[in-house]
Order: sequence, then C-alpha cells, then structure tokens
Amino acid sequence: MSQGSRRSVAAGQRARAPIFAALGDRTRLSLVGRLSKGGAYSISQLTQGSKMTRQAITKHLRVLENVRIVHGIRRGRESLFAFDPAPIEEIQNYLEFVSEQWDQALARLKSFVER
Amino acid sequence: MQPGGCTQVNDRIEKRIELKAPISRVWRALTDYREFGEWFRVKLDGPFVPGQVSRGHITYPGYEHVKWEAAIQKMEPERLFSFTWAHPKSLDRAEYSEDYSKDPKTLVEFRLEKTPKGTLLTLTESGFDGLPSDRRLEAFRRNDGGWTEQMKNIEAYVAGKP
Repeated sequence: MSQGSRRSVAAGQRARAPIFAALGDRTRLSLVGRLSKGGAYSISQLTQGSKMTRQAITKHLRVLENVRIVHGIRRGRESLFAFDPAPIEEIQNYLEFVSEQWDQALARLKSFVER
Repeated sequence: MQPGGCTQVNDRIEKRIELKAPISRVWRALTDYREFGEWFRVKLDGPFVPGQVSRGHITYPGYEHVKWEAAIQKMEPERLFSFTWAHPKSLDRAEYSEDYSKDPKTLVEFRLEKTPKGTLLTLTESGFDGLPSDRRLEAFRRNDGGWTEQMKNIEAYVAGKP
C-alpha cells in the first residue's frame, strides 16, 4: 500500500462523523426538515411551535453542527442556524450506490436460481 | 410511518424479492461458496463457515482488484444466512486499500421464507451509522435529484411524527 493511500485512510478515520446517529432523533430530524427549506433561523424561531426549551433545541443544534449538517452564523448579537446538505448528500449517494449494487446482485441471483 | 420513506437516513437497506425456486435451491445458491460466487461475482477461496472469515476476490468487471472479506455470522439452514463485511473507503483502483481492518463494518442478512410460488428473500444491510461521512465515491455519483427526493422523505417522516 502506498503512503498516499495510507494517509487518506487515516484522514477518513479522523473525519468519521456519525451523521446517521445525528439524524436518528425525531427532534433533530424535524429541525433538519425545517432548516432544509433554506435560510437562517434563530433559536427562538426554531423553538416556536415546539414543546422544547431553548436549551434543549440549542443542544440538538450543536449535535447537528458537529456533523456539519448545520452551521451557525452570527448576525449582530444573535446566533442563526442554517442547513448544509453536503454531509447528508455524501451518505445518500453512498447508500444509493450500495442499494443499486444489491439490486443488480439480487437480479443475478434470481436468474441464477430460476434458470 | 412508511418504511421505505426514510430507509436511507435510517441506517439500513432492505430489499425483498420473490424467487420462483424452492427454498432449498435458494439456500444452496446463497451458502455454497461456488454458487454464491457465480451470481455475486466473487471468486472465493473456500466454503462459508460460521465464525470464520471468508476470503476471495471480486470478479465483477472493473473491480477485479477488490478483495472480498466477510466474517460469516449465522447459517440457519433455509432460514438465515448472515455476515459482516467492510466498506472500504474507496473502490477506485488508485485509492483502494487492501487493509480493511480499520474500515467500518455492516451486517448483511439474507432471510428466506417459503411462499406458494417459491421463496421470498429479504435482504437487509445495516450498520451504516459507523461509516465515515467523507467517503469519496464521486465515480458513482448520480445527479438525479437524489437530495430533493430525500428531503421529501424527511419531510414526510417529520409530518407523520410531529
């Protein structure tokens, strides 16, 4: 194995981020659903219509921020939060790839056992 | 909740396929290493044994450099065949690494059920939450509005579970 590929594997390990884990929560999924419509929202806006406290919403936003699905923007004294689709897109593309490979493999299995 | 809707953010792939063949035939195609190799397109070194690692090489055109390595979990005759395997960081020849020891593993399960016409096969692959987020598979990227579709799924999920 070359030095280059060794380095890129190491980089991959360091950058490992539990995106699925971050999305595996109803409140966070609902925040993502809201933010993904575009624009930047304050914590107060995101707390409106929710039974959760500002602190709880802030905590969930930090989890999403850690996996780079959401990023904070400072506007004056206020912190706003906006959505970044890239990490989910990467995972989505990868899962689509794996899913397609299975479709093809199972189609081959089907013709194999039915022939 | 519609199960298909958020399969992909839910860390799991699931496929069901009805096969017009007896369950014993399907079981053999899944668990005989030579038969498995034929449809899966992998050249395996030896039989599958629960608790042991199965090794070989992919024979799929363009991926012949890719090593097959799976830890066989369960072999319950005509019911369940399962293994865990690694998802290498990249399958591109230039970036590919044969060392899977640090790569995250997923669990693959084949479940069989007898039906009037043959066999229902349910395939699941789970454990994707261990995968690195920066996996680079640009070669396989499709620009078909996958994200838009995914957002609809998330929205539908959220709408269904306020």
